[in-house]
Amino acid sequence: MQTYLKKRIAIVIEQPALNRVLDALDRLAVTGYTVYPVIAGRGREGSWRADAMVSDAGRMVSVVCVCDPAKVDSVVEPIYKIVARQVGIITISDCEVIRPDHF
Amino acid sequence: MSAFDLALANLLSPMVLFFALGLSAALARSDLTIPESIAKFLALYLMMAIGFKGGAAVAKSGVDLRLVGVLLAGMAISALIPLIGFALLRLTTRLSVVDAAAVAAHYGSISIVTFVAATQALTSLGITYEGYLIAVAAVMETPAILTALLLVRRARPDSGHHEGREGLGALLREIGLNGSVVMLTGSFLIGMITGERGLKAVSPFVNDLFFGMICLFLLDMGLVAGRGMREGLKSLSWSAIAFGLYMPLISALIAFMLCFALGLSLGGTALMITLAASASYIAVPAAMRLALPEAKPSIYLTLSLGVTFPFNLTLGIPLYVWLAGRVV
Repeated sequence: MQTYLKKRIAIVIEQPALNRVLDALDRLAVTGYTVYPVIAGRGREGSWRADAMVSDAGRMVSVVCVCDPAKVDSVVEPIYKIVARQVGIITISDCEVIRPDHF
Repeated sequence: MSAFDLALANLLSPMVLFFALGLSAALARSDLTIPESIAKFLALYLMMAIGFKGGAAVAKSGVDLRLVGVLLAGMAISALIPLIGFALLRLTTRLSVVDAAAVAAHYGSISIVTFVAATQALTSLGITYEGYLIAVAAVMETPAILTALLLVRRARPDSGHHEGREGLGALLREIGLNGSVVMLTGSFLIGMITGERGLKAVSPFVNDLFFGMICLFLLDMGLVAGRGMREGLKSLSWSAIAFGLYMPLISALIAFMLCFALGLSLGGTALMITLAASASYIAVPAAMRLALPEAKPSIYLTLSLGVTFPFNLTLGIPLYVWLAGRVV
């Protein structure tokens, strides 16, 4: 099957900052994204579990979007400006898609 | 009733005992958990029930000048307490400006669960209170956050936290639209619009189930507080832990003095003191993650949830009811 090389941007971000990231993605040159719940983890600020929180403050979510390699900088830079001071991770990796015109 | 009798009656109430069960289970590393979605449902239910009942009570009693005065007093207390808290934290602990401001914001804002627990304690003692105090609770959620931001800006003018007026506006909108604030205020307004008729229609849900739901919610709060204590207390200094115990008393005394002028009933005075003495762990932590993300949640959440909340629930509430008896 013919596949096409794209970039997968994965953003793990604090739940309270989610709307800011999604609003930015809506304005940017991405054609779509997917938000995943995440359950637990550990990082520089210590460990956390979603069911051990009484509010959204300590919860994390994951946002994944796929875009053309040429657009990566124009997506990641504004997103990084939003999340730079927050707890979180941004990773960029290669991926392959079947319908290139969708991304 | 003496302060000792009040404390004993409170400590042996199902609410406090369920909280103690959750706390002990978490400290003993039991695998008991309340699923996240059920915990969220319980929190929403609590906001809806307390907001609706408060609104219906206001519909019955009507809006008067005293209500406006108490609302303004609540906002003033919420804005003032962080100033005192911040100064005390900077004097007695080694917390940074940002951490001290974030902690201070939590103590200026309120805990709706502590408020609900206090209303249940009053009900069990046969003491009535003004329904509009739930509106006071809602307006006391946010002024403390603004005070904390001003404190940080004053101490660190170069911090540039909101990238101008638009950023601050967006932040205020996010704080104002926080789910708990919307649910509480919205339910209050619906209760006020529908009044006695509305309350009768939803009574089996918001009244009959209420006490059992609070017990289940407090079990979850105990689990969360216990986990927080287990993991978070290690990162707190003794002076910070002491702050979590004496700050509610200072806030209670400020509200106590103000209550002389407000003319509230015994129950209303006890609730006003409880609101001032409680510390937020729902609305403010979410706001702090956006406004002051450098502040460490392990400090402010552990203090408000692992130290002050258990203190208020067990010893604070009976003390505040007793204190209210000295005003009224």
